[in-house]
Amino acid sequence: MTVTERGMAYGIRALTRLAGLDVVDRLGLREPANRALKRASATSFRTAGRVGRTFAATQKRADPGRLKPETASKSAALFDLTPTDEQQMLQDAAREFAAAEIRPVAEQADHDDKTPDALLASAAELGLATLGVPEELGGAVEERSAVTSVLIAEALSHGDMGIAVAALAPAAVSTALGLWGDADQQATYLPAFVGEDVPVAALAIQEPRPLFDPFALRTTARRTADGFVLNGVKSLVPRAAEAELFVVAAQLEGAGGNGNGTPAFFIVESKTAGISTEADPAMGLRAASTAKLVLEDVKLPAGALLGGAKPEVYREAIALGRIAWSALAAGTSKAVLDYVIPYVNERVAFGEPISHRQAVAFAVSNIAIETEGLRLVTYRAASRADRAASFAREAALARRLTADKGMQIGSQGVQLLGGHGYVKDHPVERWYRDLRAAGIVEGTLLV
Amino acid sequence: MINLENPKKFQGLVDMTRQVSTEMFRPISRKYDRAEHTYPKELDTLRALLEGMNEGDPSGGVSASGGRSNKQQTGNVNGGNISTVLSVAEACWGDTSFVLTMPGQGLGNAAIAAVADDEQMARFGDKWASMAITEPHFGSDSAAVKTTAILDEETGEYVLNGTKIFVTSGERCDVVVVWASVDPSLGRAAIKSFIVPRDNPGLELVRLEHKLGIRGSDTAQFALVDCRIPKENLLGTPEVEVKKGFAGVMQTFDNTRPMVAAMAVGVAKASLERTFELLKEAGVEIDYDKPAHLQIGAAAELLRLESDYEAFRLLTLEAAWMADNRKPNSVNASMAKAKAGRGATEIALKCVELCGAAGYGEDELLEKWARDAKILDIFEGTQQIQLLIIARNLLGKSSAELK
Repeated sequence: MTVTERGMAYGIRALTRLAGLDVVDRLGLREPANRALKRASATSFRTAGRVGRTFAATQKRADPGRLKPETASKSAALFDLTPTDEQQMLQDAAREFAAAEIRPVAEQADHDDKTPDALLASAAELGLATLGVPEELGGAVEERSAVTSVLIAEALSHGDMGIAVAALAPAAVSTALGLWGDADQQATYLPAFVGEDVPVAALAIQEPRPLFDPFALRTTARRTADGFVLNGVKSLVPRAAEAELFVVAAQLEGAGGNGNGTPAFFIVESKTAGISTEADPAMGLRAASTAKLVLEDVKLPAGALLGGAKPEVYREAIALGRIAWSALAAGTSKAVLDYVIPYVNERVAFGEPISHRQAVAFAVSNIAIETEGLRLVTYRAASRADRAASFAREAALARRLTADKGMQIGSQGVQLLGGHGYVKDHPVERWYRDLRAAGIVEGTLLV
Repeated sequence: MINLENPKKFQGLVDMTRQVSTEMFRPISRKYDRAEHTYPKELDTLRALLEGMNEGDPSGGVSASGGRSNKQQTGNVNGGNISTVLSVAEACWGDTSFVLTMPGQGLGNAAIAAVADDEQMARFGDKWASMAITEPHFGSDSAAVKTTAILDEETGEYVLNGTKIFVTSGERCDVVVVWASVDPSLGRAAIKSFIVPRDNPGLELVRLEHKLGIRGSDTAQFALVDCRIPKENLLGTPEVEVKKGFAGVMQTFDNTRPMVAAMAVGVAKASLERTFELLKEAGVEIDYDKPAHLQIGAAAELLRLESDYEAFRLLTLEAAWMADNRKPNSVNASMAKAKAGRGATEIALKCVELCGAAGYGEDELLEKWARDAKILDIFEGTQQIQLLIIARNLLGKSSAELK
């Protein structure tokens, strides 16, 4: 019996036993107990990797397709904060979707630890997963546009960060394949992402330990005669339980100059033996159904290595992920601002709206200032990525702001509503929890 | 197309300003910090140089007026406001006090550029004009002006009486733009600005302030005692429009807030750059890939400061860009000013801390920048006044509701 099977068996036994106790009914605990059991079963069961579709190359290509950097002629060398018409259109669509579809179900999705499937299906129809795919491979665009991805992530996150993460997670994998996949990898996996039934997929970098360094992973990849063997645990992986495909970061042993190996990406299909997932609910991002991805002697073919274990590929991925999280934080921060303005105007204390007090009003001003600053710094990092200019520094600055100001804004949002901010009648407590994630998580999303 | 890099067309201007900062300002920075109230005569040379530069530069060059107007242009405009914030930042990287006391480019010049008629432009356009608003009994509350300007119908002169403090370049300028009330019973609507020649016998220099920083720039107190000026020296309309009120005189500040933010960008950049150099010599450098908490504390702190700097630098550019493109930018100008003022102060003070005694001592300019920076959190509307402006706008509140 494997660890996984033992865990499942124990869980079911415990559940059956508890369910049979009269005391549960006598004390009126049936409903709460069932809820607790549901939660317990979600957290303690490891489930085997999902049996997904078979990915196979239908067409062979000699060279991989790549999005081009923004062309010099198009990017006039002027300071400009106006999106292109195409970006404006996509941003409008994402905003509308966030307001009409995401925000109304956000509270329930947070409670359920799951974004409704129908919502994710409509999100996929927006073509989110095709943005990073070159046109020649069925994607939507010819040129690299991290800025477009930032605008969309920001707009979706104004609706809800957890749902935005759930909706954008597959795009991280298609973007990674578009940027770094070789011809075979692209031919095998990308067609599914530009088709109608976009696979659930996730980019797994984060590991569950303090002072996590994405450049010194504990998940390892050992070379074998015909491929690699992976071992380790990834955490906060969105929708991992239902994912068909992962891109997993692991420390490739024997590579790199210092003997510690080098971090590299591997394409891992969820049906591969040795893959299991375990619910990993956290402070926030609950609508993203975060889970741990457990890799136990996972054997991969040589063709699973993505990006050739090149350090520059890995560095780029980390920076792109940080920009994505900053974009999410900018969107949620704006949601906080838009929510607190009417609240402090309508809430009356001591005979007048609380917005007539500087202590309240200045807090609103500061949320506005820091949100705008964060947004601009994030845009700059993304626009440099599009121009093929260096952007690791700019991404690091955006991340620092996200960690500092995002957290402050989340906290101020709750503070301005006082006790009402602390209860779930208002979304600010959810934003408080979500904004804490944005400055912490590495990878998961790419722009 | 979204692009937040400095426009290439102003690179020449930025480089030139940097050169002036490096070769003229920095070498004499400490000298005039110590010799407060001594006029930096080197600036006269610079004035000649700048006038030459501006004549040759179609973009408007370095100017305190913040780009008075843009030609009608369609599409994205990068004009006088952006070029001004870029060059002001670069100049303040050299020395803020010299920028404040740049001959011919006082705050009064911004007021004249904004509201003077053609005849007044001809008489005063090339004068060095300082601005006298503040009085001993008020600071931020500009509507509390007690100085009076009473029209003497017989002579066709205004007679000014009152006391003005905190007049930058007051001793050195050619004319002072004085805010005074033509009828104190009518409140803020009656406040007008008047051009008073520096040599007017009714304008008495009472004293020069001894300050925490920006000592290269003089700060004067004036007494106006039956100070008579021709009525043609009134800027704007003489009528008191009670409904329109204060907006006219306050207009000046819409253009100057991004400029003060730009000054803060310059000081913060100077402090950060020097601290990067000194810490590098001490073996500390930021690794932008590695998470902040895995780096030595000093590097993590620098990263935090740099991220704040990047935010207010871009807020400043945004406010200027909006002005260039005729988008209403009052909120953005205040956001830039509020964050840049407090941010530069924190950065400059933290850089002193990171460099320890080396930063605190006079061998380096870091301690001077930390003293200079604080004024940027105060003048042209304190941080708190900016927060009020932003809040009133966002919350839709009047100054009577949100005090």
